[in-house]
Amino acid sequence: MNDPVVAGAGGAARTAAPAERGRVSPLTRLLESESVLAAVLLVPGVLILVLFIAYPFVMALWYSLTSIRVGEAGEFVGLANFTKAWNDTIFQTAFKNTVFYTFWATVFKLALGMWLALLLNRTFRFKRIIRASMLLPFIIPTVLSAFAWRWMFDPTFSVMNWVLFHTGLITDRLPFLSSGDWAMWCAVVVNTWRGMPFFAITLLAGLQTISPDLHEAAALDGANAWHRFWHVTWPLLLPVTLVVVVFSVIQTFSDFQLIYVLTGGGPANSTHLIATYAYQIGVASGLLGEGAALSLFMFPVLFAVVWVQLRYMKRMEGH
Amino acid sequence: MVFGISRSLSVADRDGQWCCAAYAAAPVVLKATGAGIAATGLAGILAAHRAPVFAQANTLHILRWNDFVPAADKVLREVFAPEVQKALGLKLNVETVNANDLPARATAAIQSGNGADIIMLLNNLPHLYAAAAVDVTAVAEEVAKAGGGVYDPARQLNMVGGRWVSMPWSVVPALIAYRKSWFDEVGAKEFPKTWQQYHEVGKKLKAAKRPIGQTLGNTFGDAPTFTYPLLWSFGGQEVDPKGKVVLDSKETVESVRFMTQFWKDSHDEGGLAWDDSNNNRSFLSGDISATLNGASIYVAALNGADKFKTEKGAPLHTDILHAPLPAGPKGQHAYHTAFNHMVMKYSKNAKGATEFLRWAHTKANYDKWFVVQKGFATGPTREWEQHSMWNQDKVMLPFKSAAQQQSRLMGFGGQPDKKAAEAWNKYIVTVMYANAASGKMRPEDAVKWAAGELGKIYT
Repeated sequence: MNDPVVAGAGGAARTAAPAERGRVSPLTRLLESESVLAAVLLVPGVLILVLFIAYPFVMALWYSLTSIRVGEAGEFVGLANFTKAWNDTIFQTAFKNTVFYTFWATVFKLALGMWLALLLNRTFRFKRIIRASMLLPFIIPTVLSAFAWRWMFDPTFSVMNWVLFHTGLITDRLPFLSSGDWAMWCAVVVNTWRGMPFFAITLLAGLQTISPDLHEAAALDGANAWHRFWHVTWPLLLPVTLVVVVFSVIQTFSDFQLIYVLTGGGPANSTHLIATYAYQIGVASGLLGEGAALSLFMFPVLFAVVWVQLRYMKRMEGH
Repeated sequence: MVFGISRSLSVADRDGQWCCAAYAAAPVVLKATGAGIAATGLAGILAAHRAPVFAQANTLHILRWNDFVPAADKVLREVFAPEVQKALGLKLNVETVNANDLPARATAAIQSGNGADIIMLLNNLPHLYAAAAVDVTAVAEEVAKAGGGVYDPARQLNMVGGRWVSMPWSVVPALIAYRKSWFDEVGAKEFPKTWQQYHEVGKKLKAAKRPIGQTLGNTFGDAPTFTYPLLWSFGGQEVDPKGKVVLDSKETVESVRFMTQFWKDSHDEGGLAWDDSNNNRSFLSGDISATLNGASIYVAALNGADKFKTEKGAPLHTDILHAPLPAGPKGQHAYHTAFNHMVMKYSKNAKGATEFLRWAHTKANYDKWFVVQKGFATGPTREWEQHSMWNQDKVMLPFKSAAQQQSRLMGFGGQPDKKAAEAWNKYIVTVMYANAASGKMRPEDAVKWAAGELGKIYT
């Protein structure tokens, strides 16, 4: 207040304020209230959530309790669709496949993504170009890349079979997509190829927040590379890793496009995931109620994953 | 949602009526609509709960499969479109997708009350979507009468509750395309008449690295047109006339047991992952000796005579012949894929769509599409069997009357109704064979599994 300029400015503001306050519209005055402003700012977000998430979810829930078919309203059937799904052998296979696919794809994405992130965290020539190009699998639309992989795994014209055959490593074609087990692993490979850059880039961002001093100090104390990773890098990277894994699990568990294009759920329904089977029943066969019930089986699993994530984040905030 | 669904259907009804009127007397309605808008303004449009129709009434959106004879789609786009614009004032928008995606597109369109005015539906799918169809009985009977009658299967597939819910457009007969010289080389001077003979010939062909190619994948055409007749020819059937599931029988088990051995001895086992196009590519590239297919392989070889050659350098088409599926202990059977057009009830131009079908089915117009098929697709009525095109190429003659010889449909010995359509759409019969052929299940277990799945549908 000793500063005359500040005092002058403040004085002007104080004298102008009553006059301006007189010209303020009621709406502006209303928005001056923090709670009202907060509510107004929240409205678009809430509307989007209600329209595009809550409404479809509630509709799916209602569908799953009815016998609705395409073009026919159906009637309330209680939990009959869920019981039917639970006893459906294809659904049981699809559920197991979904868990298998999610587990292995996530393990591989994490391991390879971490390895790639550690490599990219070093200094070498063309680092930026390589970092950028590494994102290509993630950028290319899944449908396109899945089609390319489908050609590479083609039962007759697979380029991999061709190479292996002509190098004398195999005498018969490998059944990439014509054996259920092989096809499931092929799907894991493609999902890993596609999702690994997301892990690598996110973990790389995490790595760059770790001070090199810590590594230097550990090295001075005689820690080798593995010890430095395990006792310095890994604990500091754990929060980022957990978030990435959780997002990946959610995306992989509800994956549809890749399997739909790569195998269509075959051979003999052996590679269906919950999402592709729900689509087959609900959309392709027009049994909307049953399809909705099938897809809702994903909900408890994904809810548990999100709950773990939120709980962990809350604990982190506490620390 | 019960409310939501019924509401959307009733809106589609109203739209249909309004647009029918708009089509029949377009200038009058345009004037009336214009007056209405002038009188009531935006409030009138809002009260009607939808956009004004005059922009849409003259556009016709038809959703079909990607024809395996691409020239036929070209006819629709380049010949039909300008001609129908001139004749009916309709702007034809032809959209083509993979046939496996048609049911999903139909479901999405019906539930949202928005989509193509006409949707192509295969086989008995019209039964599944009947509630969303415009009655086309008048046109269908008119076309049937003018064309010397439609085939009985077409009536069963397209009529629900005594009315035509869709129009039969064509039938794609499924016959075995085979390499004559390769069969000759293993001592088969004529195509095997029975499954056992085919098995024996197949063993020799596979030993010579020229296996039989057959899809047992989750796909719409080549898989079920093989597996259903195979089942029937051994005496198996899905249900009895009362709709009771009778699939789990010794005849069915026998057919599955046969197929399991036949698969190992004679087939390219990659076929478990094939869709409807893989066998075309494999045959044209000389990887397989025989496959059940429409005539698209032969037509492609004919159109690409310079591209597709035998190992001796002759045009491939000169070494291709066609034969029906072999007979089993209970006779010879076939299933030929039916292609139908449904005018959708939600369409804002249902009247225009119906008129388009009437126009497209007239002899002069349909002929333009029919001739480029070169026999891959046959017509919906008997008169197309008399077409002069059949005299041009003897190799195609087995396709000429194939549709007439079809005696059974999916859902045999019951009706080809929506339950049968659901079973086909879930690939149950095909997966039964695939489960056993792949070694995933014993034949007996594969049959039990399939019977159980059918039981969930036929409750």
